[in-house]
Amino acid sequence: MTKIFASVGKYMMLMWRVFARPERIRMYLKQYLKELEQLGVNSIGIVLLISLFIGAVITVQIKLNIESPWMPRWTVGYVTREILLLEFSSAIMCLILSGKVGSNIASELGTMRVTQQIDALEIMGINSASYLILPKIAALMTMIPILVVFSIFAGTIGAFCSCWIIGIMPASTLEFGLQYMFVEWYVWCSFIKSFFFAFIIASVSSYFGYTVEGGSIEVGKASTNSVVVSSVLILFADLVLTKLLMG
Amino acid sequence: MIEVKHLYKSFEDKDVLKDINTVFHTGKTNLIIGQSGSGKTVLMKCLVGLLRPEQGELLYDGRDIVKMNKKERKKLRTEMGMLFQSAALFDSMTVLENVMFPLDMFSNMTVRDRIRRAMFCLDRVNLTDAKKKYPSEISGGMQKRVAIARAIALNPKYLFCDEPNSGLDPRTSLVIDDLIHSITHEFQMTTIINTHDMNSVMGIGENIAFINHGVKDWEGTSKDVFTSDSESLNEFVFASDLFKKIRQAELASREK
Ligand SMILES: Nc1ncnc2c1ncn2[C@@H]1O[C@H](COP(=O)(O)OP(=O)(O)OP(=O)(O)O)[C@@H](O)[C@H]1O
Ligand SMILES: [Mg+2]
Repeated sequence: MTKIFASVGKYMMLMWRVFARPERIRMYLKQYLKELEQLGVNSIGIVLLISLFIGAVITVQIKLNIESPWMPRWTVGYVTREILLLEFSSAIMCLILSGKVGSNIASELGTMRVTQQIDALEIMGINSASYLILPKIAALMTMIPILVVFSIFAGTIGAFCSCWIIGIMPASTLEFGLQYMFVEWYVWCSFIKSFFFAFIIASVSSYFGYTVEGGSIEVGKASTNSVVVSSVLILFADLVLTKLLMG
Repeated sequence: MIEVKHLYKSFEDKDVLKDINTVFHTGKTNLIIGQSGSGKTVLMKCLVGLLRPEQGELLYDGRDIVKMNKKERKKLRTEMGMLFQSAALFDSMTVLENVMFPLDMFSNMTVRDRIRRAMFCLDRVNLTDAKKKYPSEISGGMQKRVAIARAIALNPKYLFCDEPNSGLDPRTSLVIDDLIHSITHEFQMTTIINTHDMNSVMGIGENIAFINHGVKDWEGTSKDVFTSDSESLNEFVFASDLFKKIRQAELASREK
């Protein structure tokens, strides 16, 4: 238990250093652009692929489970939309990203630590925590709304695919359900939640990577720990945020 | 000139450095030698400010790095270059970008001047051909040379090298030693080298401090090594039969 508090304290102190005033904005920008590509653009593929399939699977599942003479067919579209908007495209997608992006960040920083690259930055008089971590947090928070939009789109297309290709129901019925009683606020909820999740993924896995001590085995452990801890934190934050945002 | 006065450093339960006193001279290659685990790396980390000693003064031409605030320390660090045991090149950057990095960060030169300066440093270590390569694509010896080029990019007054030739073959080691030695004289730097390579001790040991179990046991030049009566030093330097023979031959020739 004391260990957890010690880690939280160390994490806070690291964040304090990360949000120091950057000195060479030009170098930070360069780093930021690099991270936009590495963390954001390179994740678009996996987000599209997973969202497409999950969208289709959700539709098929809902259709099977709520099939009843008392329920209009378009309910399937309505429920699918709510699941996609409220949970899948923000929380679940960020869970998946914490696996991909989080382990990437932790192992990159961990390797830099054990090969003394971080020491080298410090010797030069650079605030290594800020220079390495701030661009990552900023880049992931910039890209996350875009990834959420991609995920919603791909999920919806996936839902239609289940009509067009598998033919579980007429596409027009699904479309009616998808548009029925649409609440714009839910999309914003998705964005707001995903901002928090992005911060969790980037900062927590940076913390684990940056504080590695030892060799390659510790880097591996740090990468696993970062995924586990950021996933748990995302789920917890999801609960709190959902309660706060939706009452 | 860097003066070390009454330096103490310990970790939790273990005293690593005990009352170290020594002076590192300008324009000379100053060696710190000692067994593995004797505290060489810890001493160097204290010197550059990566570790904070419990007690003692570390005077850089009179300025004590231990007492400095963040800003002063930052300024002093732009006067330092360091060569790490593992070269520590940034693997996401090419060789040229690595050497240019300190310039990008700290100098106000134009891009063209920065490239020219970086190329000058790379030329100094004979690596202009490899400028477009990534660190993973060049050999260990070349990586060390790139690291030297990066360390001298900002024209430092103080150069620190932690085991510059560990993991290199004897010939490449000589090349690296010579390079550090000539750069030190050329730019009048205060160079401090951690090593347990006896070839370096004999070759470029202009001022040697011997650390044994955290205590400075002996100090002198490479010539004094042969005549020292410090038992622990003799045990360390002349551990191998080869060096014992060399010592006998050297002493015999001096008597003549
Ligand atoms: N961060 C640390 N925490 C605890 N103990 C440490 C730490 N760094 C070094 N030590 C201890 O200090 C002692 C000296 O280590 P140091 O790395 O200075 O040895 P060295 O002389 O550089 O050895 P080598 O030639 O193998 O590099 C070792 O016993 C080591 O266990
Ligand atoms: Mg060492």
